[in-house]
Amino acid sequence: MGNIFKIALRNLRRYKRRSALTISLIAFGVLFVLVFVAVTASIKDFMIAQITDSYLGALQIHRGGYVASIESLPLNLNLAPAAVPQIEKTLAGIREIEAYSERIKFGALFSNFTETTNIRINGVYPEKEFAALPQMLSRISEGEKSVRALEKGKMLVPKLLAQGFGAKVGDTVVVVATNKDGSVNGKTFLVSGILESATGPGGRDGYIHFDDAREILRMSGKEVSEIVVRVKSLPQVEEVAQSVRVGLGLGEKKQKGGGIEVHTWSQLSPFANIANMIDIMTFFIKLMLIAIVLISILNVMIMAVYERVREIGTIAAIGTLPRKILSLFLVEGFCLGLTGAVVGVLVGLGVILGLNISKITFNFGQATGLILAPTIAPLEVVTASLMVIVVSVLASLQPAFKASRMEPIDALRHV
Amino acid sequence: MSLIVAKSLSKTYATDSVEVKALQEVSFDIEAGSFLAFIGPSGSGKTTLLNLVGCLDKPTSGELQVAGMDVVTLSRRQAAEFRGQNIGFIFQSFNLIAVLTAFENVEYPLVMVQELRPAERRDRVLKALKAVGMLEQKNQMPEQLSGGQKQRVAIARALVTQPKLVLADEPTANLDHETAYMILRLMKQMRDNFGITFIFSTHDTRIIGEAEIVCTLEDGKLLRCEAGNG
Repeated sequence: MGNIFKIALRNLRRYKRRSALTISLIAFGVLFVLVFVAVTASIKDFMIAQITDSYLGALQIHRGGYVASIESLPLNLNLAPAAVPQIEKTLAGIREIEAYSERIKFGALFSNFTETTNIRINGVYPEKEFAALPQMLSRISEGEKSVRALEKGKMLVPKLLAQGFGAKVGDTVVVVATNKDGSVNGKTFLVSGILESATGPGGRDGYIHFDDAREILRMSGKEVSEIVVRVKSLPQVEEVAQSVRVGLGLGEKKQKGGGIEVHTWSQLSPFANIANMIDIMTFFIKLMLIAIVLISILNVMIMAVYERVREIGTIAAIGTLPRKILSLFLVEGFCLGLTGAVVGVLVGLGVILGLNISKITFNFGQATGLILAPTIAPLEVVTASLMVIVVSVLASLQPAFKASRMEPIDALRHV
Repeated sequence: MSLIVAKSLSKTYATDSVEVKALQEVSFDIEAGSFLAFIGPSGSGKTTLLNLVGCLDKPTSGELQVAGMDVVTLSRRQAAEFRGQNIGFIFQSFNLIAVLTAFENVEYPLVMVQELRPAERRDRVLKALKAVGMLEQKNQMPEQLSGGQKQRVAIARALVTQPKLVLADEPTANLDHETAYMILRLMKQMRDNFGITFIFSTHDTRIIGEAEIVCTLEDGKLLRCEAGNG
């Protein structure tokens, strides 16, 4: 086999310019795919992190049916006080979970004493909320950027609402809500900070302390609308969700029919579709790479066979078996693909390193000046390289098969 | 002892509308160790006959035995294996592999066909190159060799597998007169040294005298075989 490689490599060297052109074409394809995957993956990961770390969390736990009717924020679908300790115990027992935060969510009226509008209130324990959503503090554009912003009696007001109402840090506002028994209650709050939306203009989520929410809603027990969970490794969120389900004893029936529901961020956020689109784009970019490799290798190998017909006739005449002639051309295709992949990977990694060094910035939502830090998983590099090599060999099959099937007498007559 | 036995060998090529009888009812016996030339004008059937004997083609009818093997019934793969073990080829245009050195060209059939171990390969290749006087040029590429040198390397390649038979189709056609003589004498010397049967075709009347047996073909028919001057 070593000799076949030696002859194949020499044959490639025989047509230096053509081989170099083919290798550079393959290398360019690999480079493009690697850089594209690295950049899009890093932007995607950043966006997902922005969403999960600033308001959504990696997982959310609700009472069955709550998510389906989440627009009305139904208080009668809160997790029962008895269920919460069991959930907390389960979460505490899973090592992959870093933090979690309980929320009471309800619809309310927001007033600055002259105007009134509707608002979505999140009652949270600030330490737990900021631990579960570490980027939430960075969304506070004015006011205190600490857990003190959500001390009892204080409120974080969404930016657009604050602008519309002319509310400023230090102002007093009123929140009025109806509890699940139908009685109305209100409470005044000090505006402690203005909260930017995580994903751009919009958003009507205000934050108050958990105990204030219970007071407004006149809750006797510790009811919870949702529990937001932060995991140590986001790519493993599905496995963690499954562990939570198992820990809570949720079978298929309970999951669908009631009880408790565990949802990952991708089941809750429409951004998951955008992330999927990025994955689909990456897939099609990889298809383009396959096309580039397939066409260039096929082209160069067909030419190689046609140019070496007499040589094929000679080696067949002296007794070389068809399968060895086949392997000779397959190895040539393999070497082209391998060299192209290696060059492409090296240059691609160099470009990715260069992008990291050059610190290119971009904006997402309210976040500006974010530094592009593309990274690529070793598996992606290996996959792209293997794909190129396999396609190279496959593209060489037809010309190699043609060469191996040549009748020596016809090939020797070829001019 | 007969190395090659041909009985009523015929070969007909059929094109769209024309049938060409390249060989017609040719019969002959060739003894092992012969140094034989098939002569005749272009189109007389020399190359066709060598192709049949070399198992590169099959006759339309007739019987052909080479080294005791009925080669007419061999499959494509069997024919390739038989050629690799029993027959060496020398071509008019030398047909050396351009990307390999002289040494590697000679080594090629031992690597790709006979799959010998490196030490044995090297030993055999050096002996073959020495026998044809090309030891000093062993590391040169074909493009660096003259026509005569290329043909010497080709002879070494044909001999290195230790075949029973070497077939040479117009081996001197691309060589000048002096070199042509030299190559013929070299082939005969190899026959003498290794006992290998050499059969070559030529229409070059200047070198026919080097053959020990001369068989004349005309219009696909074997007219006669007679002792040559070689």
